[in-house]
Amino acid sequence: MEAARVIARINSNNNFSGNYWHLELESAAIARRAMAGQFINIKVNDNSIPLLRRPLSIHSVSSSKIRLIYEAIGQGTQGLAKRKPGEFLDVIGPLGNGFNLSKTSSKNSLNILVAGGMGVAPLVFLAERLKLSQPLVLIGAKSKNCLLCIKEFKSLGSRVELATDDGSLGFKGKVTDLLKKTLSTIDHRLSTIYACGPKAMLKAISLIAAENKIRAQLSLEEHMACGIGACLGCTVQTKLGFKRVCHDGPIFLSEELIW
Amino acid sequence: MVKRCQPDSSVKIGRLHLNNPVMVASGTFGYAEEFKNFTDLEKLGAIVTKTITVKPRAGNPAPRTCETPAGMLNSIGLENPGIANFIKDKINFLKKLGVPIIVSIASENSPDEFLELAEILDDLKEVSAIELNISCPNLHKDKLISQDAQSTFGLVKEVRRLTRKCLITKLSPNVTSISEIAKASEEAGSDAVSLINTLGGMSIDVNKRAPKLGSWVGGLSGPAIRPIAVRMVWEVYNKIKIPIIGMGGIMDTQSALEFFIAGSTAISVGTANFINPGISSEIIEGLKKYMADNKIRSLREITGILKI
Repeated sequence: MEAARVIARINSNNNFSGNYWHLELESAAIARRAMAGQFINIKVNDNSIPLLRRPLSIHSVSSSKIRLIYEAIGQGTQGLAKRKPGEFLDVIGPLGNGFNLSKTSSKNSLNILVAGGMGVAPLVFLAERLKLSQPLVLIGAKSKNCLLCIKEFKSLGSRVELATDDGSLGFKGKVTDLLKKTLSTIDHRLSTIYACGPKAMLKAISLIAAENKIRAQLSLEEHMACGIGACLGCTVQTKLGFKRVCHDGPIFLSEELIW
Repeated sequence: MVKRCQPDSSVKIGRLHLNNPVMVASGTFGYAEEFKNFTDLEKLGAIVTKTITVKPRAGNPAPRTCETPAGMLNSIGLENPGIANFIKDKINFLKKLGVPIIVSIASENSPDEFLELAEILDDLKEVSAIELNISCPNLHKDKLISQDAQSTFGLVKEVRRLTRKCLITKLSPNVTSISEIAKASEEAGSDAVSLINTLGGMSIDVNKRAPKLGSWVGGLSGPAIRPIAVRMVWEVYNKIKIPIIGMGGIMDTQSALEFFIAGSTAISVGTANFINPGISSEIIEGLKKYMADNKIRSLREITGILKI
């Protein structure tokens, strides 16, 4: 689906916990075309502060609305947090390839979604698209305050398991260790893993997927300048040479990546 | 029908005729196809391709870009598919646009690669001009060709012998006197000079105490460098006769006009393409409006008219 540049109205922009924000934009053009795993590239302000757009995963869509979540930690996201409902944002999207859902219809297949920290962002959209299959969602974070979207996943019919580094909620340890433990207790031959989170987590998942002969679709993140495949700033190494996270990704099969 | 009110924004770069003076800078526009959803490619004055080398080139390690105040650093490292794949996969789309195609070329190891590339491109009727990228800061070289007047003169002269196509030399701002290098290019037979390429820069993550870019240093572009570029265009304009293609942080019509007034015959939009992929068309329209509002019939009337 082709991307477009649109001027989208901000419906709401709310701080829901800690530094975490919910942003809802009005754009039928993007909402209609969006697939789970795609992103939009936002010009935060009309001036040069910051200069470049900021890419954010699409968190969910409904008719003409696009919802995003973000952590206000850098110049771009902190600037975004200052924007008010009723104002307009210059947005390009939907961008990127999105998750491939063509092989998930089999009755026996289990879809396992693994999120690290803000990695929940695109996976809620995915859980909605996969809701008939009642996916298993594993969410990991440093501590319980950083575990996001648990209710949203549950309301979509997903089973949710949690991991925290400090053990403040759920499994104590990394979400990748929780994944290993889970895989050891189930028949996972027809499973697919979908993951989004820090690079170290995705690398660990690649190894786990290879050991268990499971397919994994990973959502990658890199610094981007253009978001449309022109600047070659966000390339990653794959077995077929460098690929652009913004245009060839952000979703890659684990077996094609070179870590 | 009297056409006296119709401003003529066409310009000439050597024997190359451009319908309008707004080009897109090498490395900021891919091979144009990436922008087809966002702008009228057919309206551009010219398209300068991402730099091509003889062999395919993987480029530099990530992260390759980082934002800086009113600018950005990049160290892409000339990732490109190589000349053979460029001709096989990229040129067809470009030639259908009917816009002059300027192919940017660079060498990796030996300056002879410029000659090899120029000979190949000279045979391609789809290619309107060749831009010699002798100023890329991301190749980990001690010294660039464009940092030495004699080397510049030598290379341009040799390429000039191999091609009758419009030849443009792209200059580095990382020099003591850019006018000297521009003069060397002119004397060696360059039809025009492009200035400026990016400025060498570095940004540090203070928590990690490490460079933000994977290859440590990169090239600075964006509005942060515009005053430097405008000054260099003005300096060079007073020293050479061949046309200047001005670039460096052009974000809108106003900033494009600065470059014409300083002495540019044409301009290139670079980093701004990343932020607004339709900006070049907007600047083309903006220049027409400026010409109409100010009763300017040809852009030649404002090139280098700085009042001092």
